[in-house]
Amino acid sequence: MANPSTVEPTRRDMLFIATGAVAAVGAGSVAWPLISQMNPDASTLALASTEVDVSSIPEGGSLTVKWRGKPVFVRHRTKKEIDEAVATPLAQLPDPQADKARVKKPEWLVVVGVCTHLGCVPLGAPGSRGEYDGWFCPCHGSHYDTSGRIRKGPAPLNLAVPTYDFLSDTKLRIG
Amino acid sequence: MSGPSTFVPQSALGRWFESRLPLGGLVHSSFIAYPTPRNLNYFWTFGAILSFMLVAQIITGIVLAMHYTPHVDYAFVSVEQIMRDVNWGWFMRYSHANGASMFFVAVYIHMFRGLYYGSYKAPREVLWILGVVIFLIMMATAFMGYVLPWGQMSFWGATVITNLFSAIPLVGEAITTWLWGGYSVDNPTLNRFFALHYLMPFMLVGVVVLHVWALHVTGQNNPTGVDVKNVQRDTLPFTPFATVKDSFALVVFLIFFSWWIFYVPNYLGHADNYIEANPLVTPAHIVPEWYFLPFYAILRAIPSKLGGVMAMFGSIAILAFLPWLDTSKVRSANYRPVYRVFFIVFVLTCIGLGYLGAMPAEGGYVLASRLLTLYYFGFFLVILPLLGMYETPRPVPATIADSVLPQGGARLQPAE
Repeated sequence: MANPSTVEPTRRDMLFIATGAVAAVGAGSVAWPLISQMNPDASTLALASTEVDVSSIPEGGSLTVKWRGKPVFVRHRTKKEIDEAVATPLAQLPDPQADKARVKKPEWLVVVGVCTHLGCVPLGAPGSRGEYDGWFCPCHGSHYDTSGRIRKGPAPLNLAVPTYDFLSDTKLRIG
Repeated sequence: MSGPSTFVPQSALGRWFESRLPLGGLVHSSFIAYPTPRNLNYFWTFGAILSFMLVAQIITGIVLAMHYTPHVDYAFVSVEQIMRDVNWGWFMRYSHANGASMFFVAVYIHMFRGLYYGSYKAPREVLWILGVVIFLIMMATAFMGYVLPWGQMSFWGATVITNLFSAIPLVGEAITTWLWGGYSVDNPTLNRFFALHYLMPFMLVGVVVLHVWALHVTGQNNPTGVDVKNVQRDTLPFTPFATVKDSFALVVFLIFFSWWIFYVPNYLGHADNYIEANPLVTPAHIVPEWYFLPFYAILRAIPSKLGGVMAMFGSIAILAFLPWLDTSKVRSANYRPVYRVFFIVFVLTCIGLGYLGAMPAEGGYVLASRLLTLYYFGFFLVILPLLGMYETPRPVPATIADSVLPQGGARLQPAE
């Protein structure tokens, strides 16, 4: 057996490899359920949409709703806030995205209220909106602008825009 | 260092049992006749203190699990019930919560001891790496335990730490969802954390057994770092010498532990954790438990999400490579004048990072965190490899006995 590659394989070799392959597939097929059970189940996936009435939000105000266990910010933007968001050159953005790609109607901004750094909820009350008038995350100091785009701090991405539709002028379905 | 056991039980029943399962011989050779270097100082008592803390945490933890409910609607209330209604519940919970802190106090002293006296050097590399594994499991256990009371810090600490995994390219989001069992930290997360928090201490027991086994194969290091050359002259039997010294140190440590439990039980905790978890409101200032602060400071020092996460995990992983990063042949810092200075600066760096981890991530604090992070990694990656080549160590004693006994213990009777 000095050089095994020149030796003709025997039927025993074949049996050995076949047995090993069956054992590997068997082990894998038992391991998969053990891993998959930790993922969200169908009942969690089914809770995927929420309806919101936005008629009560004044201009400049915002509403936080819970969707899939996370906060979603619905902000009624003022003219000044919209202009700021539209006028920002894309070159200034760490995650370049035009404002019009992030909204369906310019006066309504809908974003997932979870900081893209490590998942805190950014602050958006007047007075704590950060340096770019949008949101400020107190955990590690990320600043978002009036379009929910990251401007300064450790977060790598803009606040996520969830899938949503306007069912009427004042009714919104998220998810 | 240990030969075949010469232990012979005195009773006939003992001899009958011993010939079928030599348990008595194992205990005798490991904890009674086992030779310990005669110059060990009190820094060598923390192994026994840590063993005690592990057992204490398991006992108080099992008791708490009898009264705790791992469900988002009941967890917070059940912990308050433990505090107010359960007989001695306050004592069990305060012992367990402060016990975690005391466990880390002891483990950090134990690790710095190893770092100072070169206990990680050949032939103790495997012993040291097992210690790093123990440290990692301890951190995971402590983190999950802190989530269970389901207060604001529990929830947001869990959110921030699990989100660290979302920094992994491509599969990060999927891994985070998998860890949560949903789209955010919620009931499935709490349930699995409870299951794992109960499991991991028993994994710790297993690795601790390997750690002690590895220790008893190579024998203990000692303050001179010199190997045992003559078992008669250089060592003393574990019992009574180490047993009594360990017991005394344990009692002193328990006084310290008791002070926290009975006088300032909430000092090391955070007031926000007495507010029930609210997924819609993040506390103004999220701070991990004190024992994670240095690593948290490293995470925040790097201005990139993936980079920060890698630096944080790297700061722990690098410890496993320490036996090969330190190129000096001399173990003990007592005979390494230059290393000693760098070591003291390293200890201060770790304490400084701990302070910065508790401060807000802005302005001068960030700059200071970056400088200290640089030193932390520089210590392992630059200073230790180079120092072994350029430092001139002081002469080490020929034997352990020479360092502690007059005339090197020439006239000493063998201890028995």
